[in-house]
Amino acid sequence: MSATRAAESLLALSQQEELVDLPKDYPLSASEDEGDSDGERKHQKLLEAISSLGGKNRRKLAERSEASLKVSEFNISSEGSGEKLVLADLLEPVKTSSSLATVKKQLNRVKSKKTVELPLNKEEVERARTPLEQEIFNLLHKNKQPVTDPLLTPVEKASLKAMSLEEAKMRRAELQRARALQSYYEARARREKKIKSKKYHRVMKKAKAKQSLKEFEQLQKVNPTAALEELEKIEKARMMERMSLKHQNSGKWAKSKAIMAKYDLEARQAMQEQLAKNKELTQKLQVASESEEEEGGTQVEELLVPVAVNEAQMNADGPNPWMLRSCTSDAKEAEIQEDPEQLPEPLAHNVSESERDETPVAEEEILLKEFEERRSLRKKSELNQDAESVGGQETKDSISQEVLFELRTLSEKLKENHQSRKQKASSVGTVPQVQREEPAPEEEEEPLLLQRPERVQTLEELEELEKEGCFQNKELPRPVLEGHQLKKNPNNPTDAPKKKKEQMIDLRNLLTTKSPSVKSLAVPTTIEEMEDEAERDQKQMIKEAFAGDDVIRDFLKEKREAVEASKPQDVDLTLPGWGEWGGMGLKPSAKKRRRFLIKAPEGPPRKDKNLPNVIINEKRNIHAAAHQVRVLPYPFTHHWQFERTIQTPIGSTWNTQRAFQKLTTPKIVTKAGHIIKPIKAEDVGYRSSSRSDLSFVQRNPKRLSAHHKKQLKKNSID
Amino acid sequence: MLSRNPDNYVRETKLDLQRVPRNYDPTLHPFEVPREYVRALNATKLERVFAKPFLASLDGHRDGVNCLAKHPKSLATVLSGACDGEVRIWNQTKQKCIRAIQAYEGFVRGMCTPFCGTSFFTAGDDKTVKQWKMDAPAYGEEEEPLHTILGKTVYTGIDHHWKEAVFATCGQQVDIWDEQRTSPICSMTWGFDSISSVKFNPIERFLLGSCASDRNIVLYDMRQSTPLKTVILDMRTNTISFIFTAANEDYNLYTFDMRALDTPVMVHMDHVSAVFDVDYPPTGKEFVSASFDKSIRIFPVDKSRSREVYHTNRMQHVICVKWTSDSKYIMCGSDEMNIRLWKANVSENLGVLTSREKSAKDYNQKLKEKFRHHPHIKRIARHRHLPKSIYSQIQEQRIMKEARRRKEIHCLKHSKPGSVPIVSEKKKHVVAVVK
Repeated sequence: MSATRAAESLLALSQQEELVDLPKDYPLSASEDEGDSDGERKHQKLLEAISSLGGKNRRKLAERSEASLKVSEFNISSEGSGEKLVLADLLEPVKTSSSLATVKKQLNRVKSKKTVELPLNKEEVERARTPLEQEIFNLLHKNKQPVTDPLLTPVEKASLKAMSLEEAKMRRAELQRARALQSYYEARARREKKIKSKKYHRVMKKAKAKQSLKEFEQLQKVNPTAALEELEKIEKARMMERMSLKHQNSGKWAKSKAIMAKYDLEARQAMQEQLAKNKELTQKLQVASESEEEEGGTQVEELLVPVAVNEAQMNADGPNPWMLRSCTSDAKEAEIQEDPEQLPEPLAHNVSESERDETPVAEEEILLKEFEERRSLRKKSELNQDAESVGGQETKDSISQEVLFELRTLSEKLKENHQSRKQKASSVGTVPQVQREEPAPEEEEEPLLLQRPERVQTLEELEELEKEGCFQNKELPRPVLEGHQLKKNPNNPTDAPKKKKEQMIDLRNLLTTKSPSVKSLAVPTTIEEMEDEAERDQKQMIKEAFAGDDVIRDFLKEKREAVEASKPQDVDLTLPGWGEWGGMGLKPSAKKRRRFLIKAPEGPPRKDKNLPNVIINEKRNIHAAAHQVRVLPYPFTHHWQFERTIQTPIGSTWNTQRAFQKLTTPKIVTKAGHIIKPIKAEDVGYRSSSRSDLSFVQRNPKRLSAHHKKQLKKNSID
Repeated sequence: MLSRNPDNYVRETKLDLQRVPRNYDPTLHPFEVPREYVRALNATKLERVFAKPFLASLDGHRDGVNCLAKHPKSLATVLSGACDGEVRIWNQTKQKCIRAIQAYEGFVRGMCTPFCGTSFFTAGDDKTVKQWKMDAPAYGEEEEPLHTILGKTVYTGIDHHWKEAVFATCGQQVDIWDEQRTSPICSMTWGFDSISSVKFNPIERFLLGSCASDRNIVLYDMRQSTPLKTVILDMRTNTISFIFTAANEDYNLYTFDMRALDTPVMVHMDHVSAVFDVDYPPTGKEFVSASFDKSIRIFPVDKSRSREVYHTNRMQHVICVKWTSDSKYIMCGSDEMNIRLWKANVSENLGVLTSREKSAKDYNQKLKEKFRHHPHIKRIARHRHLPKSIYSQIQEQRIMKEARRRKEIHCLKHSKPGSVPIVSEKKKHVVAVVK
């Protein structure tokens, strides 16, 4: 039995290996080491399996893991010796004698030979009389369980046969070959990586891109969800490239090419290529702006209808990733659903006309363009879904016109539908159905550009953004909306990441929110809308850039911690076991605790109490204090005097040149190499030559002192 | 569209400075106090880094230098008299002795130069005052004084009037001489003790002061025959200098207001031994003092603590000190026969400064002044290296002083209130004022 089990496991293993190998082969990842180790492990497993194939109850020999010089009985681990020792085993000779072996072989052969079975016997066995028996037989037959010889099932036998030693060897060789191939492949990849030729790499890149595109298309057909993920990846890569600001003709290469372009055809081509690429990359912005305008135009319309309908409409606009999935699954359903064109058109038309009156004509054109684009986008996705559907060839303009009307009507219909459904409180699942049916009519269209699906993504995102903005502006209860969204696609697995995205920065955590601007619904406020749009765009970009870190929450947490830390601590003076029993699991009584708990007095209110986005550290910073003046210096009588002297800067950074010079002139300026003579009384303007100076001094001491100082100063200036 | 008036940015000639437009908006230049603080700190540190005040040592005397005199007309010329009676005239810029005269057998007690600068007077132990020509004798001419005045008593000091041809000597009494005469115009006495120094007031022209070994400082008016007034201190005053600071034996210097001698304006106390000499620069904001403790110190007039202390390994007891008349240098003559030349400002750059350097220097100076109360700056600016002897003596005296203060406090505490008067430090040292 153990042998068969081993064989089974081996089979399973090999299968698994194949499964693992398959995907590993084509992404050219650099995870060679990992693969190697994996292979080794598998190899080890294989060897074990082979070794356990011997048929007998060969017990696994425990390996001696510790290195030791002496091999003693103490070192031998008893691992793996689960079986009991039988005395007969010990009594048996180590080697069975050769004569006995031949006999055994013969016996085996005889045993293995099938005896001719008697029909009667078989009949007897096979016969099932009672229904229970019949049932059992049925079961046995189904599983090919041998009725007579219940030792091995045919499957087991087959597996037994399948795994001989040679085969195992073969398998091993195969594995080795695979590994060798892998290493060759790696070496080749390395070599290729070293190739300096730019042209080679360019060609390779292109080929790879083509290949990946093809694969992607294939994948879209087979597995749309995976394709969607792939799409996202591609979009991300594109965004990265866009962010890198390459292709701006500002690089070294581009500059050199620009110089060479005059003379060199190739360079010119390269330049053009780059220009095209640049255009292609920057096109997104234009699209975004267009959409903004469009949204601005339709804002009025949107404001008129309830939000939920808006949403639905917006979702209906673009090829929703969820829709893609559902389309594949419920394509037939969609076809069965009523066609949007069959709906009451005149009424919708009227409404749309009235709306059109409001919006300028130019906007309509923009709308048209926009819609065309979207249609083509959708087209692409649809094409993948049902390639066989062939549409009638119509002129572009007429189609677009039609499509526009369709859109209008559809929105109207949606409105109606939704309202009615709300009234009836019927199932919500129909809304997505309506959405689903929408893309159906525009399936037949011209070939599509590569970038389109990617742009769809971005558009969608923009719309998402829009929606969020709408929510914010209208201050609608958020959970309800979320619930609504959930309801819309109740069985959608891709819902979760979406929700996550929405919760990137929680509204409740915002410190300062702008008060929602109240707009009159009647007036078309396109400019404001656009500005808002831009702002929102900016916000969204920031949000995306800092998706990982929730700065606001961190800050709030930090502040909370700071507040906690600055709070005065209560002092607990309770001594367990004092005046009562103490020990493990015994706590001092509440009364005692209450009595000996010294409550810290409430500190003064924090300075940043009313400043939500500021933390003021009220602790004295010793590092700063080392630089601060502790005592008021002598001539000053009040601290503000001193502070004022310190606060007025004297440097030329803060003062004009003249002021600087004035401020920095020293009190005494002496000329080097000049003798400074003592001042005379006449110099300072009083005559004392005739009288005794001292007498004058005695009579008018104060004045002299003032003069004295002046004299000194003047003297210095001399 | 940008439109500018080229007058605003084009200079007229290429020698003009480029006009640099500046925005003084304070919001663009934040943190003014911290930035200036850092600048001040750096300036202070740099000042200490470049503090190298010692310039030169003039050697040649064969005995301790007893007196110094400045030339009134020439900055470079310095005269010095030694304890062996030799007088030397030095050229400071060349740091060489121009002339050496063996003037006396004993000490040269005092020297002075009249305002004209053509001759100088010396007073010696042999009761004579000699007048010498400033210029060296011509070839073949003998080295001898122009005039010699024989007195009755030993002259211990001499000083010349700043404006007139009058000089004063001191010994037993203060004599005032006319240059042309061999007998004094008048002589004034106060008590019987010998007078160690006499000085004319450079501004109040008739005023002169002397200090005697009976601990008093006497002020005289040249026009009167009797002294004006006197102040008696705790201990003997070695020298006085106008604007009136007395270098005392009790390690202190006392700055007086001549009108009110009963209380000194400031007691300067940083020396740890007797102060021998004191001199003012012509700017009059600071003074330099020479002490027996082998150091010289520079005090601001209005501060009781010195701002600078100069010492070298080889400098012994400093007998005399002079601040040059351009107020940039300090000379000191000491026991070990050398005259030393110091910078008055330790880290001053002596070369020619460009205007930018000058403005930077001024700015740094102002910054240091502005932030001088900040602890770090204060600590750095105050830090000086002292020889161990001085350092330990300072510690010792601090302890002694503290003990005295404590005792005073105790006395005050344990006596009847009002019976023990509280005497301020300034008043403590003045014993009496006599008119």
